[in-house]
Amino acid sequence: MNIFKIIQDIEQVDPEVYERLNSRRSAFNFLGKAAIAAAPLALGSIFQKAYGKTNDAVTDVLNFALTLEYLESEFYTMGLASTMNFGNQRAAFMQISKHETAHVALLKGALGANAVSKPTFDFTAKGNFLDVFTNLATFTTLAQAFEDTGVRAYKGQAGNLMTNKDVLTIALQIHSVEARHASFVRRYRGQKGWISGKDGGNIPAAAQAIYNGEENTTQGGATKAMYAAIYPDALVSEAFDEPLAKEDVLTIAKLFIV
Amino acid sequence: MSKMIVSGERSEEQSNQLVKGIYQPINRSAFLKYAGAAFATSALLMAGCKKDEDTPGVDLGSGDIGILNYAYALEQLEAAFYKQVIASPFVGMTAAEATLLTEIRDHEAIHRDFFKVALGSSAIQDLEVNFSSIDFTKRESVLKTAQALEDTGVKAYNGAGKLLVKVDYLLIAGKIVSVEARHAAAIRDLLQPNSAYFAGDDAVEPTKGLDAALTPAEILVIAGPFIKTKINASNLPK
Repeated sequence: MNIFKIIQDIEQVDPEVYERLNSRRSAFNFLGKAAIAAAPLALGSIFQKAYGKTNDAVTDVLNFALTLEYLESEFYTMGLASTMNFGNQRAAFMQISKHETAHVALLKGALGANAVSKPTFDFTAKGNFLDVFTNLATFTTLAQAFEDTGVRAYKGQAGNLMTNKDVLTIALQIHSVEARHASFVRRYRGQKGWISGKDGGNIPAAAQAIYNGEENTTQGGATKAMYAAIYPDALVSEAFDEPLAKEDVLTIAKLFIV
Repeated sequence: MSKMIVSGERSEEQSNQLVKGIYQPINRSAFLKYAGAAFATSALLMAGCKKDEDTPGVDLGSGDIGILNYAYALEQLEAAFYKQVIASPFVGMTAAEATLLTEIRDHEAIHRDFFKVALGSSAIQDLEVNFSSIDFTKRESVLKTAQALEDTGVKAYNGAGKLLVKVDYLLIAGKIVSVEARHAAAIRDLLQPNSAYFAGDDAVEPTKGLDAALTPAEILVIAGPFIKTKINASNLPK
């Protein structure tokens, strides 16, 4: 258990984490980060208290979503502002950009003072995608990665929103829009609009984590043999998109966060 | 037997029935009897009616089972539609269009068959559909209907999520709705390529970037004209 890592991770999405901890537990005011790291047993309850009053589980999910929307929004804004020639697809990408920016505004509005601030993004992922804003092929590869990740991320959080039906519905309404985007970008890249097995479709090996698990064909305890025996595995996997856990999504997102 | 989606206390007899169900064709061509009919009435009894055990029509049921049957009804409709689309391709269907529509046909059949298996003895009967308003020989008629069905599916699942109690069912709905949205975007792109139509302002509210979420009652008004079998949705959660 790496406490520093955990707190640093939280700091990525919640820059005020130290402040929260400090204001809730005066002991940390003078003990500082080292003391937090030295107190693993107390950590769970500290976070519970730090977030319990202002950040319940629903707020955490919304801030998680906001972080992803910040990423997508800035990505498309920068891409469309670049010199890349989108040709006759410019209207399509502008539509996606419009939605991502709207999602940021919607989530920030819902979170109010509890909204996390926008991270600093590096869309080259430390130099791995140096031509992200000069080569449309690279740009759309990342666009597909972000959209398919977004679909999995929202899906993975739906269960955590069941206590708040209004928020759950809004999350679902965003979720399906991300899926529309994903379908478009995938087809623009010459891929199917849906995900076959765990095939990302001509993506860098480093992005494979985005698609791992998509090959699942057992749904709600029903195996493929029980409901879709006559169909190939890949086709059955296409018919169901799979969720991705928050930590897995953040691992992917952090490749692009400074 | 692994745990089934709908019933944790399924008996062995029910499980056998469940497995047997896989091998029974699911209303594969019932709609053919009605395609071409000049007019077929569709009498859907909307959610919102007072609860009445004597209300005629196929009772979707109540609670989570009711919502799953509601989804099953919509998937039956979609599966029947695409089966007909591929059985009698519209004039000028390209190879790429045929591939895409065949994949969607199979996805919808898989969704339908999944719900039938998952619901087991709680599953509603096979529904009879009415596609008399669709000209299957015409590309525009077929694709516009496909778009309407996919968009409606998205709105239906988005609206039904909050009505589900069991988290496992919500997850299943989530796994399916994003595939419907992928279908919707692809079909829309066939209708209006090189445009924003795949997620157009007519479907995605532009200032918030949200797809719609409709209640079962609202959805059944839209889907009603395509379903000949009377459906009683009055016991669904609201």
